Amino acid sequence: MPINIVREDEELKQSLNITIIRRLLSYLKPYMGAVIRTLLLMAAVIVVELFNPYMMKLGIDKYIAEGDWKNLFLIGGVMIIVNIVAVVCSRLRMLIMGRVSNSILLTIRQQLYSHIQKLSFSFFDSRPTGKILARIIGDVNSLNDVFANSVTSLVPELVKISAVVVIMMLMNYRLGLVALATLPFMLVTFFFISTVSRKRWQTHRKKSSNLNAFTHEDFSGIRVVQSFAAEQETSSTFLQLCNEWRDSFVRAVRINDFFWPTVEMSWGIGSILVFWFGASMIGTGTITPGLLVAFTSYVSMFWQPIMNISNFYNQLVTNMSGAERIFEILDIDPDIKDRQDAKPLPEIKGDVSFRNVTFGYDEGQQVLKDVSFDVSAGQTIALVGSTGAGKTTVANLISRFYEVTSGEVLIDGYNVNDVTLESLRSQIGVMPQDTFLFSTTIMENIRYGKLDATDEEVIEAAKAVSAHEFIMKFEKGYDTEVNERGTRLSAGQRQLIAFARALLADPRILILDEATASIDTHTERLVQQGIKKLLEGRTSFVIAHRLSTIRNADRIMVVEEGGIVESGTHEELIKLKGQYYNLYTSQFKFLNDEGEAS
Amino acid sequence: MKRLLKLIAKRWVTYTLGFVALVSAIVLDMYNPYYFGEIIDRVIMNGELAYMRTALLALAVITFGRAVLGYAKEYMFDISSSKVIVDLRKKLFDHIQRLSFTFFDKNNTGELMSRIKEDTDNIMHAICYGIMLTLEQIIYFVVAAVILFIINWKLALISLLTMPLIEYVVIKLERQVGMQYEKISDQRAALNTTAQENIAGVRVVKAFGREKHEILKFLRQNEENYKINYDLVKSFAKYNPMIEFLSNLVLVFVITAGGYLVIGEEMSLGTLVAFSNYIWMLIWPLRMMGWLSSVVAQCVASVKKIDKLFEEEPDIKNCPEPKMPEKICGHVEFRDVCFDYDGVSVLKDINIDAKPGATIAIMGMTGAGKSTLINLIGRYYDCTSGSVFFDGIGVKEMDLAELRRNVSVVMQDTFLFSDTIEANIKFGAGEVSDEVFMAACRDAMVEEFVSQMPEGYRTVIGERGIGLSGGQKQRISIARALVRDAKVLIMDDSTSALDMETEHAIQRAMDRRKGFTCFIIAHRVSAVKNADEILYFEDGRIVERGTHEELLRLRGRYYETYREQYRDYVEALEKEVV
Ligand SMILES: Nc1ncnc2c1ncn2[C@@H]1O[C@H](COP(=O)(O)OP(=O)(O)OP(=O)(O)O)[C@@H](O)[C@H]1O
Ligand SMILES: Nc1ncnc2c1ncn2[C@@H]1O[C@H](COP(=O)(O)OP(=O)(O)OP(=O)(O)O)[C@@H](O)[C@H]1O
Ligand SMILES: [Mg+2]
Ligand SMILES: [Mg+2]
Repeated sequence: MPINIVREDEELKQSLNITIIRRLLSYLKPYMGAVIRTLLLMAAVIVVELFNPYMMKLGIDKYIAEGDWKNLFLIGGVMIIVNIVAVVCSRLRMLIMGRVSNSILLTIRQQLYSHIQKLSFSFFDSRPTGKILARIIGDVNSLNDVFANSVTSLVPELVKISAVVVIMMLMNYRLGLVALATLPFMLVTFFFISTVSRKRWQTHRKKSSNLNAFTHEDFSGIRVVQSFAAEQETSSTFLQLCNEWRDSFVRAVRINDFFWPTVEMSWGIGSILVFWFGASMIGTGTITPGLLVAFTSYVSMFWQPIMNISNFYNQLVTNMSGAERIFEILDIDPDIKDRQDAKPLPEIKGDVSFRNVTFGYDEGQQVLKDVSFDVSAGQTIALVGSTGAGKTTVANLISRFYEVTSGEVLIDGYNVNDVTLESLRSQIGVMPQDTFLFSTTIMENIRYGKLDATDEEVIEAAKAVSAHEFIMKFEKGYDTEVNERGTRLSAGQRQLIAFARALLADPRILILDEATASIDTHTERLVQQGIKKLLEGRTSFVIAHRLSTIRNADRIMVVEEGGIVESGTHEELIKLKGQYYNLYTSQFKFLNDEGEAS
Repeated sequence: MKRLLKLIAKRWVTYTLGFVALVSAIVLDMYNPYYFGEIIDRVIMNGELAYMRTALLALAVITFGRAVLGYAKEYMFDISSSKVIVDLRKKLFDHIQRLSFTFFDKNNTGELMSRIKEDTDNIMHAICYGIMLTLEQIIYFVVAAVILFIINWKLALISLLTMPLIEYVVIKLERQVGMQYEKISDQRAALNTTAQENIAGVRVVKAFGREKHEILKFLRQNEENYKINYDLVKSFAKYNPMIEFLSNLVLVFVITAGGYLVIGEEMSLGTLVAFSNYIWMLIWPLRMMGWLSSVVAQCVASVKKIDKLFEEEPDIKNCPEPKMPEKICGHVEFRDVCFDYDGVSVLKDINIDAKPGATIAIMGMTGAGKSTLINLIGRYYDCTSGSVFFDGIGVKEMDLAELRRNVSVVMQDTFLFSDTIEANIKFGAGEVSDEVFMAACRDAMVEEFVSQMPEGYRTVIGERGIGLSGGQKQRISIARALVRDAKVLIMDDSTSALDMETEHAIQRAMDRRKGFTCFIIAHRVSAVKNADEILYFEDGRIVERGTHEELLRLRGRYYETYREQYRDYVEALEKEVV
């Protein structure tokens, strides 16, 4: 799993334009009724648009010339009424299309977000949050106009174009062909422009995403940036990313801005050709001057909609890379998901077994090697060992955050790979090593462990980990907002809240990864007394470096270099005089050792 | 807004070039109908074939000229606006970076990201297409109005009658959508914040199997987002057709009033025909007004949001005439320091004198104020009363960057960047020699595990150090602090995830280094016992202070902690011995 860092562009597999467009259009399907209504309304508006100049002409040519007062005002009146109808129609049209396109955005965004929730850790491990956010927010927004315009500009304009082409062909097919002569030139140029510019827009989106990721990382690590007085450095990186963003934009528009001139040229040259051939045709007497004059006005009627369609096409090309990035994520299959025949895990007792488990985060690397152990329900197991030995990894496998490379993890005899994720994880309470709190109140944070818990239950849990006391010292008590990641609290307080949250979940299996590492000894002892009752009957895995905290565990397992090297009660392991004995006595040794030194 | 205008003014060259191209294209555009008319009248109707060649050539030149100018116009506006946006972003970013911790305590990353990205994007839209189209439409409108006045001023006046009405509707529209755009901008920030938090906390979400809950939470935001965007559509649907209607009303005026004039023989029919041909040039810009004003409104809304950020003043400002100690030795002194967060007292009457080279250890209850205390040294917050001195000079009088450069911190929350291990360790340290680097890595026990990685120090780690174990992350952050060789080193609970052996080794290495003043916050007695002074904190006060031996003799809090951590060991050892 190569990690994508902020400054690096993401890799994106290329897909065909047509597949993306088709996929985009498929979102319109549920709204076919609305689309048809829109088209009808559009038709009404177009009729009015055509009606206005016609009435003007009629009024001027006929009634004014004849001095016919009454009919002139009649025309004025009719025009007003017709235009009021147009107002109503375009109002309805805008409402309908606005609803459709916004609903589609809602759907796509929700779909994307829900899909991301399904993805496994390896997805999140390998890319910065800012880049995922860029897709959920920026890329989805970029599709904003595409849907509305696909209906309102594409269809009516196509109708107009075909109508004009038919008329021109009927009038004089040779002149008609001449008028269309520049069309192939335009299409070829468009094709060229869009292939090149699409790639460049894609790059631009990537740069944009890099920028987003950098901002995200910088602001979440702002305390480090400021305390290391590294503002200059980060600021210049930011500028560099901004410039890359700009350069990619300029590179894209350099090609993209050819869109309009291409249409202009085709239009202009097309008209010139019509005049040229038309004049010679008049010379040979094939057509009358009147026909040519009429024909030229159709030529502009032909190019106007083409202009609008190219505009839409341009928009599509510009934003297609956004769609591509969205679809790419939607197409990622989560590595860890419910098997097809997955059954929900029934209510468990809490036996946990590892059978010859081998695991590595990356291929070719082994973090756990052939690990086997059995834990029966209700036991408290301590995992100790030097840092980086693989303790957290063991815990990760129990909840199936990652999947074993070989061997199996069993809970109550069920292989964790064969049960549904939800039923599995809802019965395991985890307190991860890195405490994470949401930026909401203390109450809501604890309640995250059990969404339907009453306030009393929450307070009970807080009391168990002796957090109640300090919470009540806050002015707003449990309603105190803890800010992003809980920065309003001290590190130890955060751990206590997270601890309470895990307890509230009332799980059969509880995993405490360094749950009290930042907590002072006094409070820690209170916590241990408080949770003693709560832990009874549950299987719990306690990972700790302070050996005094795990002394009373039913079994202590020493993890070293990816394997369990010793296992037994405190007394047994002390007698063994092995690794644990060394760890255990070393603490005391260090105390003495330095006592002498000073 | 002023800020933005200044930035735009800075790019006046390219903007002017774009403007010149725009005007020239319009001028050429005016010739188009002329030659069209000539060809129809003279060549086709009158058969002046000789004129044909000239006219077509002229048309070809116009077409080509318009294409080139059109390209130049768009390109110029594109590059100018993108430059302005880069300037604006940079300014905003630098400004935000200067703000103090208090600001970041209260503002979510997701929101700030949204301001830097989405809001500036909106502004870019306005200062590119918005300005371009507005200029274009104004010119067309003015030209059309002038021509119409020349043709017949009375009729021209009448056709402009609806202008005030249109203006009125446009102003109403702008006001309404302006507010809505502000809401949208906030909602987008909220959406960003929700998603950001979810992804940042994905481990917790998954650990509790709360995916559905999170999806629902997002759905609420998403629906709210839908709702206000749809409200915006509603405003457009209300006003835009009205604007179109009012502009079409001009036509009715023209033919009825024009008819009146013609019939009253105040104007010729030909003039009316000419008039009605040009009237379209007036109507198109009018119709665009709704769209243009919404672009402006959106831009203004985003500028407002950004300006609000610019108005934020950092609480911690650099002193205007910073003083520097003659020699930096790392003497840190707290004198009667009190500190409170928003009126809640956290530290009370703290007096500490950390002589150069001394080690001060801090212990105490969770939430007692230990981290808060050390936050005052690097001046992340300012004390409420009393002062902190660095080498005899109050930290408020020193140059902030200089002060912070001399204080090296290992924070309680390890934060690593998604980059190589090497870049993380060298973060913010400027040029670092290989020796210094390797020494820091060895002393922080980083070397021990990095040497086993296939890519060594070039190993890329994920966000916040994903891909490393808890203890490995902590060691990297220790190395990051050591590499700077500052006179003051602060270690806030920075060995909590380390096993005893590693912790011990690091302590040994620190003893060997010496030469800097050290503040150590720790919960384990083993980590503090060698300090020159140990401070025991409770509720923001120092309740016990002294050396290890003195405190043991005191039989107070510290002693209690000691017993708790070591009693078992002593007993066990005694048993062993027996
Ligand atoms: N997400 C990951 N991707 C790749 N490698 C990882 C990942 N997480 C951990 N590792 C590696 O796996 C090994 C075991 O890590 P683990 O987190 O299990 O250690 P630990 O025993 O919990 O250590 P600590 O006490 O420091 O928390 C380490 O060498 C670490 O670098
Ligand atoms: N940004 C903040 N705004 C308001 N109050 C805060 C803020 N940060 C900390 N506090 C409060 O100040 C008190 C002291 O917090 P501090 O982080 O200094 O504790 P600490 O001694 O470091 O504890 P720990 O051992 O848990 O790290 C706590 O009660 C905490 O809730
Ligand atoms: Mg761990
Ligand atoms: Mg702290």
